[in-house]
Amino acid sequence: MAEVMLRGVAKSFGQTRAIEGLDLTIADGEFVVLLGPTGAGKTTTLRLVAGLERPDAGRVLIGGEDVTLAPPSARDVTFVFQQYSLYPHLSVYENLAFPLRSPARRMGKDEIKRRVEATAKLVRIDHKLESRATRLSGGEMQRVAIGRALVRQPAIYLMDEPLSSLDAKLRAEMRLELKRIQQELGATLLYVTHDQIEAMTMADRIGILKDGELIQIGTPRKIYTEPRNTHVATRLGQPAINLLPQGLLPDAGLPAGTKTVGARTEHLRIEKSANGQADGVVDWIEHLGDQNHLHVKLGDRKLITLSPPDTPLAPGDKVMIRYNNPLCFDADGNWLGGRAQ
Amino acid sequence: MSLTTAHSVIEPTRTSKRIAGAIVVAYALISMVPLFWIFATSFKTPPDSISYPPKVIFQPSLEGYCNLFTTRTRQTREYVDALGPATTLCDEITRRRNMVIAGPSNYWPRFINSLVIAFGSTFLAVSLGTLAAYGFSRFKVPLADDLLFFILSTRMMPPIAVAIPIYLMYRELGLSDSALGMILLYTAVNVSLAVWLLKGFIDEIPREYEEAAMIDGYTRLRAFWKVVLPQATTGIAATAIFCLIFAWNEYAFAVILTSGSAQTSPPFIPTIIGEGGLDWPAVASGTTIFLVPILVFTILLRKQLLRGITFGAVRK
Ligand SMILES: Nc1ncnc2c1ncn2[C@@H]1O[C@H](COP(=O)(O)OP(=O)(O)OP(=O)(O)O)[C@@H](O)[C@H]1O
Ligand SMILES: [Mg+2]
Repeated sequence: MAEVMLRGVAKSFGQTRAIEGLDLTIADGEFVVLLGPTGAGKTTTLRLVAGLERPDAGRVLIGGEDVTLAPPSARDVTFVFQQYSLYPHLSVYENLAFPLRSPARRMGKDEIKRRVEATAKLVRIDHKLESRATRLSGGEMQRVAIGRALVRQPAIYLMDEPLSSLDAKLRAEMRLELKRIQQELGATLLYVTHDQIEAMTMADRIGILKDGELIQIGTPRKIYTEPRNTHVATRLGQPAINLLPQGLLPDAGLPAGTKTVGARTEHLRIEKSANGQADGVVDWIEHLGDQNHLHVKLGDRKLITLSPPDTPLAPGDKVMIRYNNPLCFDADGNWLGGRAQ
Repeated sequence: MSLTTAHSVIEPTRTSKRIAGAIVVAYALISMVPLFWIFATSFKTPPDSISYPPKVIFQPSLEGYCNLFTTRTRQTREYVDALGPATTLCDEITRRRNMVIAGPSNYWPRFINSLVIAFGSTFLAVSLGTLAAYGFSRFKVPLADDLLFFILSTRMMPPIAVAIPIYLMYRELGLSDSALGMILLYTAVNVSLAVWLLKGFIDEIPREYEEAAMIDGYTRLRAFWKVVLPQATTGIAATAIFCLIFAWNEYAFAVILTSGSAQTSPPFIPTIIGEGGLDWPAVASGTTIFLVPILVFTILLRKQLLRGITFGAVRK
């Protein structure tokens, strides 16, 4: 395991600027998740670290060594691809053994067998070792792909949305599993996803990527509670944060310069209006079982928040809404730092 | 609406399946008639082979095959009768026509020339084609489209148009009537087809496989060998058959550039002359045997071929 550094890395494909001036340090043993919408440059970042792309500018360092110009085989990384992860002409066993057989390693037969079997157990695929890779279900393939990365101990593991093709239940399991494995191995891991739950639950630090730029990086808690701007704020939280224009609701005490108020469920107090005075009207309630999504109409705006499953509110009810320490953003969408009151 | 007309929109109906089946069978029959006729003729006697009206039912004879493999001289009846008992079936058949076997014909040497030249050039064309196709598919080749078009354009000329210049060049180079010359020539012709076909197949193989292998510690060449080649086998097999069929059947270059030791079967077979004109049963037996290698090769590779000829449209 080793520390990995990107210094001012830029990469364009023709006219498309995939990555711009990226500075990122992944400490030894750290689990960093890059979160961003499609086309943000997540895959490109991983490929730059792996050596599958050459940066136009900047440097890549692994374990303090400048590998900017080194080929992938000389970099000691593993990569779990977004798709096409397994060699289709090989069995599961052969897929797992493939990295160990490489000319760079040339491991003995017994050692290979030992490692493959241990890894297969780790990702719970040991009952399918003899199957052809193409005969597996999507979830099994994904586990073999992760296994192929885990079968050796590289400087850094790179994973490109490795859980995206799994069903919700398996994804939740694998999430825990992956985090457990990473902690057990003390692995350095750069993980890419557009799933905020994966980012929140697994990351030591989350990096928010947008249009090839790293907007903010920090612990999940920090990114959630102190987003640098409205873009970062909308990346985290379910349902998405409500961005309301200043003045829509009574907002005395908000910092000067506030133009947009960001309100998640915990920033709102909603009560059934008692005296006919009302800020909004309940439009519709989505029942999710363990909780509800409450849709409230504020004039021509709409606000969505969580409410407990036994909410006394019903569609058509008039409600009073008050802010409770919301996030405040200026005219450019930047967070104003301080809180109300 | 009656129940019998209900059918899935993607499954062909029974009627359309039957019509399609009938067309295929009819086409197969029509295209097999000449092959059958050649096969039948190879077992006729020379008089039967040219009788009019043509004989469909006849007494089979091996005279055609005997004449194909031997050269014979005519003798008097007395001379033939004075010889000892015939030792082989061909001896006997030949003597009935007042002839004796003088020695083996050139059929096998020509056949072996064909094998060496066709398989040799196919191997070279497919090997070079695979590497070139991989390069065009994976790397930014300057002027790639123009180069590819140029490669294809070498196929647009009829062979006869370039045969004479090549003949003159080969004479200067000492390559005329040599197996090496023919292998090089057929390789040059086939490599264009191979590059085009194989590029299509290799484009279909996601790059991620090689990239994964390179990250796993393999060089690009090894990754190509270990990961790309095994997945391109279908395309390689289909391409090899196309190249082989061309090289095996090629006539125009062969007739101009080979005459003696490097002559291939196609120019040789029509020259099998019997007494008083062409010996049709011998020509037919020569053709029948000539068909065997392609048949065997195609049957051996038919699985790959079926998938390959659809050019990736039907994927497993
Ligand atoms: N090989 C390439 N050639 C041209 N453009 C590319 C190439 N690879 C990526 N791009 C472009 O670079 C940008 C970033 O792509 P990238 O694959 O890194 O996005 P991503 O964040 O991984 O998206 P996704 O979530 O959809 O996988 C996109 O605009 C994409 O079109
Ligand atoms: Mg991607």
